[in-house]
Amino acid sequence: MDTNQYMDMFIEESKEHLQACNEHLLELEKNPDDLGIVNEVFRSAHTLKGMSATMGFDDIASLTHMMENVLDAIRNAKIRVTSEILDVVFRAVDYLEEMVVDIESGGTGKKDVSELVKSLNAIEAGRSAILTAVSETASTVVDEVIKNNQTTLHYDDFETTVISQSFEQGYYAYEITIQLREDCLLKAARVFMVFEILEKTGEIIKSQPHVEQLENENFDEQFSIALLTKEDRDTLQAKIMKVSEIESVTINPISDHGFIDNKQTTNDVAVNTPTTAGKKEIEPDIEKRSGISHPSTKTIRVNIERLDVLMNLFEELIIDRGRLQSISSELHNPALTETVESITRVSGDLQGIILNMRMIPVETVFNRFPKMVRQLARDLDKKVDLDIVGAKTELDRTVIDEIGDPLVHLIRNALDHGIESPAERLAAGKPEEGTITLRAYHSGNHVFIELEDDGAGVNRKKVIAKAISNGILTPETAETLTNRQVAELILATGFSTAEKISDVSGRGVGLDVVKSTIESLGGFITIKSKEGQGSLFQVQLPLTLSIISVMLVELKDEVYAIPLSSIIETAIIKTSDIMNAHNQKVIDLRGSIVPLVNLKAIFEMETQGEPTDDLQSVVIVRKGDKLAGLVVDSFIGQQEIVLKSLGDYLNNVFAISGATILGDGQVALIVDCNSLIK
Amino acid sequence: MTEIAQQTDKKVIVFQLMDKEYAIGVDVVQSIEKLLSVTRVPKMPSYIKGVINLKGVVTPIVDLRERFGMVVDDYTDSTRILIISLVEYDVGLIVDAANDVLDIPVESIEAQPEVVGSVKSDFISGVAKVERRLLLLLNLHKVLEPVNRVRTDEF
Repeated sequence: MDTNQYMDMFIEESKEHLQACNEHLLELEKNPDDLGIVNEVFRSAHTLKGMSATMGFDDIASLTHMMENVLDAIRNAKIRVTSEILDVVFRAVDYLEEMVVDIESGGTGKKDVSELVKSLNAIEAGRSAILTAVSETASTVVDEVIKNNQTTLHYDDFETTVISQSFEQGYYAYEITIQLREDCLLKAARVFMVFEILEKTGEIIKSQPHVEQLENENFDEQFSIALLTKEDRDTLQAKIMKVSEIESVTINPISDHGFIDNKQTTNDVAVNTPTTAGKKEIEPDIEKRSGISHPSTKTIRVNIERLDVLMNLFEELIIDRGRLQSISSELHNPALTETVESITRVSGDLQGIILNMRMIPVETVFNRFPKMVRQLARDLDKKVDLDIVGAKTELDRTVIDEIGDPLVHLIRNALDHGIESPAERLAAGKPEEGTITLRAYHSGNHVFIELEDDGAGVNRKKVIAKAISNGILTPETAETLTNRQVAELILATGFSTAEKISDVSGRGVGLDVVKSTIESLGGFITIKSKEGQGSLFQVQLPLTLSIISVMLVELKDEVYAIPLSSIIETAIIKTSDIMNAHNQKVIDLRGSIVPLVNLKAIFEMETQGEPTDDLQSVVIVRKGDKLAGLVVDSFIGQQEIVLKSLGDYLNNVFAISGATILGDGQVALIVDCNSLIK
Repeated sequence: MTEIAQQTDKKVIVFQLMDKEYAIGVDVVQSIEKLLSVTRVPKMPSYIKGVINLKGVVTPIVDLRERFGMVVDDYTDSTRILIISLVEYDVGLIVDAANDVLDIPVESIEAQPEVVGSVKSDFISGVAKVERRLLLLLNLHKVLEPVNRVRTDEF
């Protein structure tokens, strides 16, 4: 197997797993009795072991294996977590990191791990006295120990351990030598069948020659396998003999004591060979971990920058496609037309895929909130209902990755400081159960995430008093602040208004962190609050890239895009139905009066001398609960577009929220309906 | 300036507006494009012609003739857009023609004489005489300044 193509993934994932190990080990140190954390570390170590063994990095595999053994013992309460033990495990993780870094820089990832393996072994055997000695005394002592043991402490040491462990758990170990017939045609296929049979019965820990050589038919008629199984010898023999083209099967048990002798005399099982790519190791507790599989190869990780490059290249392709379309419509060549149509279809699909690769629905972040809210509400003795709106709103991946923590802080804050206790709520004439609404939507060039609660709101007096006592504010300036400015004081560093500091929020770091995280994403956070009625935290995030659906409309010869999210409906109205109300043209839309906005006038187009049609095309848009009708020349149609910024040079264009590039390569401007409705 | 001593030549792109030749350092010129279709942006000063699609990036376009208050003329085959890439933004400048890339000796750059043509003097950072040609060096930051920072972040 050529493993080079997986190298990047291996390094990337190894680093992640090591990071996870580190974090969890730190936690474990704080909560030595939390076996759940041990499981987390165990899982990371286990995955790492599997990956490194597959990639042929035996030193990593053997070290992680020993780490696993120790963790397993901790997990099974055989060893108590002490900081000495953790020191060694931490050192093991450090070693692993060094090895991964070495591999990344093109090295072999080899490192003398014998010292650590020995320490880990010692821990596992419960000889913590020696362990302490090892970790606390000077390394010269350790060196001597290693020198004495170097010959046996090679890589195969852990296999010996594995085999003897398996005996304890009631497994048998066999060496199976299989002789294929001389006229065997499909040697690799036979090998595969044998392996398949054996893997069903137990765990193959070695083969001679190695799996890859076997797969390449790089052997004579004979090969050997070391197997750990609960099956007996005869059953195995019978099972293997079912595979055709097999001359003979010889099965020799490996006994506990005779293990080493056996291997030396028979020479069939090459335990000494250091390269073991493709080999599987036995797990000390197969049943327990059979559910954990090696990392799936069905997803790959792609650097987002690459997606950006892909996107830009694709947009150039779209422009050329547009040119091709117009050329083909001029030439009227059926073959060309057909080809262009096909290209259009394919590139349309491609566009969808490329855009979607970067976008993920915000529900990936929102999903964890309901559980969190339930738990928090219980902890705080409050009744809270979480309402999530717009979970399907898609956000750029980079934003999704960052937005989780700030939202957690905001929700905690709303629960802790916003929503009152059931008794207080009842006293204030509110329903006992508080409501928190989490809302996500696109608007123009931004994504908004709003968190609204119907709780107590921001108490102006308390906030000002607190801010003054914290030195954030002087009493003189306090008087001049608007309610909104006061509300936003709670985002300031070192602010905490909770009268008693709870462990849910109120450490005075939460909202400060929220603000800085959001600002680092180029966004804003605003707070609207009415005392006694609740608060609205609005997070506005810019879109570096976003797909939105728009309605393309024509104004004279210019094309504009109106976001579908703002559109209620489109209508064709009779000019005679337009009424004048106080210098404002309005229409009667099913009983409600809707003001008309002439987009051409707004966009400073020459409208004089144009004949007025009997019918007018109107797009009804909304902002909140207010409606407006935008008068346009004609509707072109609905389209998914990529939202683009107009660039920093033009950052203040009235009623335009951005631009997009149409199929023909032209730029169309996107109408910002929010600024058209007061 | 002190660094002039070490630096002997300045590489510039020479372009034409009316009958005068102007120069911009090559380091800020990302590319020179033929005139592309420009989408008008409403409510902008007249010298901002709109935006173009520059290989998938929406780039604003400034007509230098209008910016300098010169006579506006129809675009011709030789009309070019110089794509300027600054740290803060990219912007395209419409010029009558882009003629040349020149190395001008730094010593030949002089402060601007009191009156040079009709262009507001702030836009010119210096004048270089190369052989018999007179090159006006643009002060890009001044040229692109006004539209630039009218922020409406009201709270």
